[in-house]
Amino acid sequence: MAKLILSMDGLVLKEIPLNKERLTIGRKPHNDIQIDNLAISGEHAVIVTILNDSFLEDLNSTNGTLVNGQPIKKHFLRNNDVVELGKYKLKYMADLQIGAGLPSEYEKTSAIRSGSFRAQDMQLVEAETRRNTTSQILPPAHDVMPAAAVQLLNGANAGKQLELTKTLTTLGKPGLQVAVIAKRPHGYFITHVEGSQFPIVNGQALDAQAYRLKDHDVVEIAGIKMEFFLKG
Amino acid sequence: MKLGEALDIVVRTDPGLVRSHNEDAVFADAEAGLAVLADGMGGYKAGEVASGMASSMLARSLTNFLAGEACDTVDQSPFSVVASRLVEEIAVVNAAIFQAAAGEPRYAGMGTTLVVACYFDNSLVVAHLGDSRLYRLRDGLFEQLTRDHSLLQEQLDSGMINAEEARYSHNRNLVTRALGVDSVVEAEVGEYPVQVGDVYLMCSDGLTDMVDDQEIALTLATLSPNLPLAADQLIHLANDNGGRDNISVILIKVRGEYAQPRAWWQKLLARFK
Repeated sequence: MAKLILSMDGLVLKEIPLNKERLTIGRKPHNDIQIDNLAISGEHAVIVTILNDSFLEDLNSTNGTLVNGQPIKKHFLRNNDVVELGKYKLKYMADLQIGAGLPSEYEKTSAIRSGSFRAQDMQLVEAETRRNTTSQILPPAHDVMPAAAVQLLNGANAGKQLELTKTLTTLGKPGLQVAVIAKRPHGYFITHVEGSQFPIVNGQALDAQAYRLKDHDVVEIAGIKMEFFLKG
Repeated sequence: MKLGEALDIVVRTDPGLVRSHNEDAVFADAEAGLAVLADGMGGYKAGEVASGMASSMLARSLTNFLAGEACDTVDQSPFSVVASRLVEEIAVVNAAIFQAAAGEPRYAGMGTTLVVACYFDNSLVVAHLGDSRLYRLRDGLFEQLTRDHSLLQEQLDSGMINAEEARYSHNRNLVTRALGVDSVVEAEVGEYPVQVGDVYLMCSDGLTDMVDDQEIALTLATLSPNLPLAADQLIHLANDNGGRDNISVILIKVRGEYAQPRAWWQKLLARFK
């Protein structure tokens, strides 16, 4: 379960589990989190929790609500967000244990109405799932590879460099001969796409399989020679 | 042109890097103009059972139907004939999965997402449930044609969450409609005219959770001349980004027209409509 950590001047005052669908924050006593301070409005803000996601909304408070220093009206809370109301801070801690406890149900698609967890599902816990506890789209891991480019060696554009920044870069002439260089976490791979001729690497024609390019390989496609090289 | 010649179809399914078995099920037959993709859910091996039932039952019933004189009717448009048959067959499969789940404790609560595409008479009828999707690449424009039946999609629609925030949602995999979880089911059905050169992608969330739409679009635009390579690259991309779920893709490229042959009196009748 996600939780909030209430603090003031660096002093932790309270830990609040987000176990209600609506959790209200304000100065008046009927609030779920009562903060008895004049800078806090009677009904200051509310946190709505839907399953594993929580949303913070300012209830038109006099002094406003900040998240990570920015005033907000409505905000989708993310792990480690810091909410400020006057001098008080609430740190949002997403439940990173969901993944460890119930990985198969957690990440697997499930229909909302059939929500019961069964013991046998727990057997599927694997180290890999445990590390990836949030299900956000990860930024592609392509940065692991050093940057690379190809430099044209002949033809009208000889000397020109083509940076291989995208996951796929096409080379050649559509309809005649096309090859593609795929940028993957473990290297740059050239593959034949269309045409009767296959790419030639260091004088050898490739087959339909992807070929992993090495630094300073010379590639020939549709009569154009080019050198592949790693940068930096 | 016959359907088998007009459509190029490539099917790939991969367990991904984390799961021990594959709960997706796929089927495609260019000659019948049919493609089915199901992403099963439910504990243990029940997900495989549900998705397997969905794809095999629909493959059998719809292949027969589409191969027959399905669209050769006078008083109804071919679309409504195919659409209503599709809904009927989905209801049959739904009941079968629901009953299997009720009769076997191990299968309790099993279900599956579904996306079915029927190509006929220069058009496409698609039915779907849950978060398995159909996309179309046409003239460089990559579009999602199905709208997910999911909590996240509902939150997006109601403006509760925006697309940027949705990337961080923890409620990613909750579907609001599925096959086999209830005694009745309401599949969403749509019809689209098809153009020569279109590329269609059907996929499970193992692809779309791992790879964003722009990368998918780039892959299809770049590699559509070589469909098997495009499908392999999509699987690679999902696995390179973590491969946390089963990944299934069906790619369908339209190479030619496939109008339904009509009798002379039907053509004549069409003029007066």
